[in-house]
Amino acid sequence: MSSSSSDDLLARTLREEAGPLVARLSRRFGDFDLAEEAVQGAVVEALSAWRRDGPPQRPGAWLQVAADRNAMDGMRLRDRQRALAARADVRLPDQGARDTDERLALLFACCHPAIAPEARLALTLRAVVGLTTPQIARAFLVHESTLAQRIVRAKRKIVSARISLAVPAESELTERLGDVLAVVYVMFNEGFVSSTGATQDRDLAADAVWLAGVVATALPREAEAWGLAALLTIQHARSRARFVDGDLVLLRDQDRGLWDAAAIAEGERLIERAAALRRPGPYQLQAAIAAVHATGASWADTDWLQIALLYDELARFDPSPVVRLNQAVAQAQVLGPAESLRQLDGLAAPLADYHLFHATRAQLLSDLGRHDEAAAANRRALELTTNDAERRLLTTRLHRRRLDDGS
Amino acid sequence: MKYVLMYTSRPDLDAGTDPEAAQAIYKRVYEWFGENAGVMADSGAELLGVETATTVRHAADGAVVVDGPFNEAKEVIGGFSVIDVADMDAAIAVVKTWPLLDLPGVAVEIRPMVEDYSHMEG
Repeated sequence: MSSSSSDDLLARTLREEAGPLVARLSRRFGDFDLAEEAVQGAVVEALSAWRRDGPPQRPGAWLQVAADRNAMDGMRLRDRQRALAARADVRLPDQGARDTDERLALLFACCHPAIAPEARLALTLRAVVGLTTPQIARAFLVHESTLAQRIVRAKRKIVSARISLAVPAESELTERLGDVLAVVYVMFNEGFVSSTGATQDRDLAADAVWLAGVVATALPREAEAWGLAALLTIQHARSRARFVDGDLVLLRDQDRGLWDAAAIAEGERLIERAAALRRPGPYQLQAAIAAVHATGASWADTDWLQIALLYDELARFDPSPVVRLNQAVAQAQVLGPAESLRQLDGLAAPLADYHLFHATRAQLLSDLGRHDEAAAANRRALELTTNDAERRLLTTRLHRRRLDDGS
Repeated sequence: MKYVLMYTSRPDLDAGTDPEAAQAIYKRVYEWFGENAGVMADSGAELLGVETATTVRHAADGAVVVDGPFNEAKEVIGGFSVIDVADMDAAIAVVKTWPLLDLPGVAVEIRPMVEDYSHMEG
């Protein structure tokens, strides 16, 4: 077994087991912080032991034994044994059916509005998805100690302010679900824009697709949950074509033969599931747009009119300049680059510091033969980009332009 | 679990409130305390204006007495209550119905109270 496929198995096992285990131990010991710490310890042990010896026969049981032992050690260590013992529920935990509910409750706690937004994703990745602090720090390019501190602070707040590990009441559910879906969406984007090099042992985008599916399955009447699951499934289906040798490839240049047709079909099925609930929303519209792209034979043969109409609809829910930028890109295909550029220039003020605004302008200027202005826009985009893969793409574009001019 | 609710507002914005609307809201505040009597561990107090505040502040050569609140924040505390509810979600649910939240600049800070001093016992 290659190390990367054993890492995949490890990741899948950890994300299946970690969340329910944290929830179960929290209930048993009445202490979320202790439970989360114990499971994190077990995950770290599993990463080294399973890589060394191969995964055990029953990975879930293995993790549970390790986490239980850590929790007991933790209780002794904290010298709070007496106080906690009084609260401890010594019944053996129920298995199976409750796992999904418990994981969902844990997810709602980690994404609680009373938790600082920058801590929600990190805490979710650790407690719900079973990532370690070093893995998260690598994914976000933040210092491990900074991240650890952020997580500790959030966990303390959950315990000391008594943020409950429960799925919110029906009246609060839709609003609170928005916070949860936002965290899953950001998780996916973090994994999607960074190059998935061999150094990364967790695929955050795959974890996010899985988590979106967990949420939708647990809350089958929430249309936007299905919408997000559909969106992420379709975007992820294109992931093999998005990078060539670590370099980002734009949608228009991607080798469509590398797209995962089965996953795209699954995404379309999820869109239908969402649509049947008749409550449209921004994730569903983004999923529909992604589906039109994913089923086009080529960039030119894409149903641009349909995409432009879907963006008009999306802009009604989310009139942010970024959505209007994408609207302008779609309109360029329908109305031509000159009209699109005119609309784009209307967004210059709010998007002055957004690299994709300048990258998009550069493309349109280049389509219109205004190469000097295009090069200037590309340079501005490059100055504003922090992502390595995007930097390389823009550099290549600038370079190519110069070669063309010289020919 | 006990939480202290600190009711804050912005005096600069309070001045802009229509007196009739303010009166209607204060009537609802009275009713709100009635509706939430079950969770009130201590209904607390409404405070006189911040211009009446006096602060005793640490100084290197002995505490000094100064006029005004302890900081120069725009938001000032206008009162407080102590509620006793199951968890943070329950506290948030109570606070979301605070009638004064209809007024711009109004906020309620929720702070869990220290109740367990067992770690300080010998």
